[in-house]
Amino acid sequence: MKWLYLALPLSALAVTASVAAQSQGSQAQRGQQLFTHFCAPCHGQGAGDDRSDMLPGTAALARRYQGAKPAALELRTDLPAPVLTLFVRRGVGPMPAFRPSELSDADVAAIAAYLAQPD
Amino acid sequence: MSVLPPDHDEAAFAAYVADLRGVVGDDWVWSGDNDMFPYRDSFSPVWNTPEEIQASSAVAPADVDQVQEVVRVAGRHRVPLHPISTGKNFGYGGPSPNVPGSTVLDLKRLDRVIEVNEARNYCLVEPGVSYFDLYQHIQQRGLKVMIDCPDPGWGSPVGNALDRGVGYTMPHFRDHFGAHCGMEVVLPDGELMRTGMGAMPGSGSWQEYPYGFGPDPAGLFAQGNFGVVTKMGFRLMPQPDYYRTGLIRVPRRRDLIKLVQHANYLSDAGMVSEIRYASPLSPLQRQPEFAALVTKMGGPSDAEMDAAAAAAGLHSWAIDLQFLGPEAATAAQWEYAKDRILSDIPRAEALDGDHFALPATEEQLENRTQPYPTAIRRKGALGVPSLGIWEIVRDDGHVGFFPVLPRDGEAVFEMQRVLGDASREYPLPPYFSAITAPLFWHSFTFQMVFAPSVRHADPEHNAMVHRAMKHMVAVAAEHGWGDYRAAPIYQDDVSASYSFNNHQLRRFLEAMKDAVDPDGIIAPGRGGVWPRRFRDRSRT
Ligand SMILES: Cc1cc2nc3c(=O)[nH]c(=O)nc-3n(C[C@H](O)[C@H](O)[C@H](O)COP(=O)(O)OP(=O)(O)OC[C@H]3O[C@@H](n4cnc5c(N)ncnc54)[C@H](O)[C@@H]3O)c2cc1C
Repeated sequence: MKWLYLALPLSALAVTASVAAQSQGSQAQRGQQLFTHFCAPCHGQGAGDDRSDMLPGTAALARRYQGAKPAALELRTDLPAPVLTLFVRRGVGPMPAFRPSELSDADVAAIAAYLAQPD
Repeated sequence: MSVLPPDHDEAAFAAYVADLRGVVGDDWVWSGDNDMFPYRDSFSPVWNTPEEIQASSAVAPADVDQVQEVVRVAGRHRVPLHPISTGKNFGYGGPSPNVPGSTVLDLKRLDRVIEVNEARNYCLVEPGVSYFDLYQHIQQRGLKVMIDCPDPGWGSPVGNALDRGVGYTMPHFRDHFGAHCGMEVVLPDGELMRTGMGAMPGSGSWQEYPYGFGPDPAGLFAQGNFGVVTKMGFRLMPQPDYYRTGLIRVPRRRDLIKLVQHANYLSDAGMVSEIRYASPLSPLQRQPEFAALVTKMGGPSDAEMDAAAAAAGLHSWAIDLQFLGPEAATAAQWEYAKDRILSDIPRAEALDGDHFALPATEEQLENRTQPYPTAIRRKGALGVPSLGIWEIVRDDGHVGFFPVLPRDGEAVFEMQRVLGDASREYPLPPYFSAITAPLFWHSFTFQMVFAPSVRHADPEHNAMVHRAMKHMVAVAAEHGWGDYRAAPIYQDDVSASYSFNNHQLRRFLEAMKDAVDPDGIIAPGRGGVWPRRFRDRSRT
């Protein structure tokens, strides 16, 4: 699970910073919901179906990276919006592309914001 | 390479796209290579070849009024629309159309669960509602109904049913088109129609009596091109109390004949959920001698197969049985099934499997405690959507041919042999061999699977797969085995194989298509049905 942004402002100066932080935070929060709905069923950290240890997307990335990077996307922080957009809109290997009617560009950016949060 | 709609130049296309934008707004119309990439079929064996059928554009209306207006705009500009619901039809064409340059009519934004009725056990949904969405809706409200969910869970009840998809529970729910009850359709001229009781103003039984009065056209909208479905009702199973499993295995190859007859009885009498057939000999395929035996031309003899099974100390066939209902009823049904089969097939064995109260726990859904090797997909069996099935997808995807055969052991042996022999010339895994078990997907028939993978970077492999697909469709048809569902690039081949009396079925459908949609505004070519405008160019 990513750490959720809930910092509270303590001074006037901090208020301005916190507005930006909160909007980033709410974007990340929305990203988490989107991730849970669209990405986690394949790229989540839980077990796969019927005695598989990993979900298919996570298993595929485990094979690809051989431990060089985490297999579960939520453990990664190197997937900024442009990179994520490429995978989402073009697909990769057996993963088909997602259409903007199901995941808008803003949705993809929100997922990227969620993934960018430190663990 | 951007594609234009048929009979359009750039200027005409621009005028058309401007009109679409006028209906749905600028943000919900797409065209050009980049934006249209996700509307290509990434599982296509003709990927990046001139045979790949690409759309020119896509439009995503927000509601039924906009769908009607889009259909009217397309009619004025004579552009074919290809409706999709969630657009995840991978293995059968993905979101791609039958005619190059079509506009994909993407219904994802019509995503309301309109009603789930737990007293009368039905739901009414829009096309953009996925199985995940419907399941979540039911769970969040604690409703006591179970959906029948196919793999993968990101598909939709509407899209899946309209391609006659199948799930994993009781016979009258897992045939998804068969379990639908009432639909609303935008016709090729933009008019709105409701079928069954939905045609009667004020009726409260739209999702309870599918026929209404007079001819029922609902079948025309499944694998068809007579309209855009904007609402669809489905019957739902009341949440059962209990789930029970058991395995029956039989020693000899020919025991399959009787085993199938008993399984047919149990299923048609409504006593069991989906029955999974398997060959306990499958693991022996790792031994080259056994692999050669089961794939030899003309097929092995029964005696050879029985000898191999006896030498390995394994049974020849197994069925996983699943029961849903009150605990005592599931126990009685399992006892009955055991008695019935064990008293008739010498040396048949029965093993008790997992059983528990529903809803299942997370642990039970993981299916780790079955005391024998099992072919059951546990989440599917309990109507829980998942994407776990993606673990079987190899390379860049696959394309599927699933011939329908009689629910009879002799027919299984014949298909194993005939399609096995026909497929040997292709360097592919042995989809058909002497241990291939039938799939009991649709409620009253068997199917087998031919699903070779595709590789985007290997056009030669893809071309071989494409040849193999067409060849298998043709050989199967010579034996009366037809595909149940096909990607657009194979729909003409498959449709042509349903040719009784000089293709009278197709001629009848095309006469109707000419009458209601001569310009081919709705999915021309879908299901092999072409309107006059496209017939000559597509069939030559
Ligand atoms: C690994 C794997 C496993 C699979 N397992 C199963 C399975 O268990 N069972 C199964 O059935 N399938 C299975 N499939 C195939 C497919 O993924 C599902 O059937 C999926 O539900 C279809 O996609 P969809 O629901 O998004 O339908 P869509 O793609 O939206 O629709 C399918 C087709 O129906 C027509 N259509 C859709 N909506 C409309 C509309 N509103 N009006 C008119 N016509 C319309 C269109 O021709 C469209 O192309 C599997 C595929 C893979 C890759």
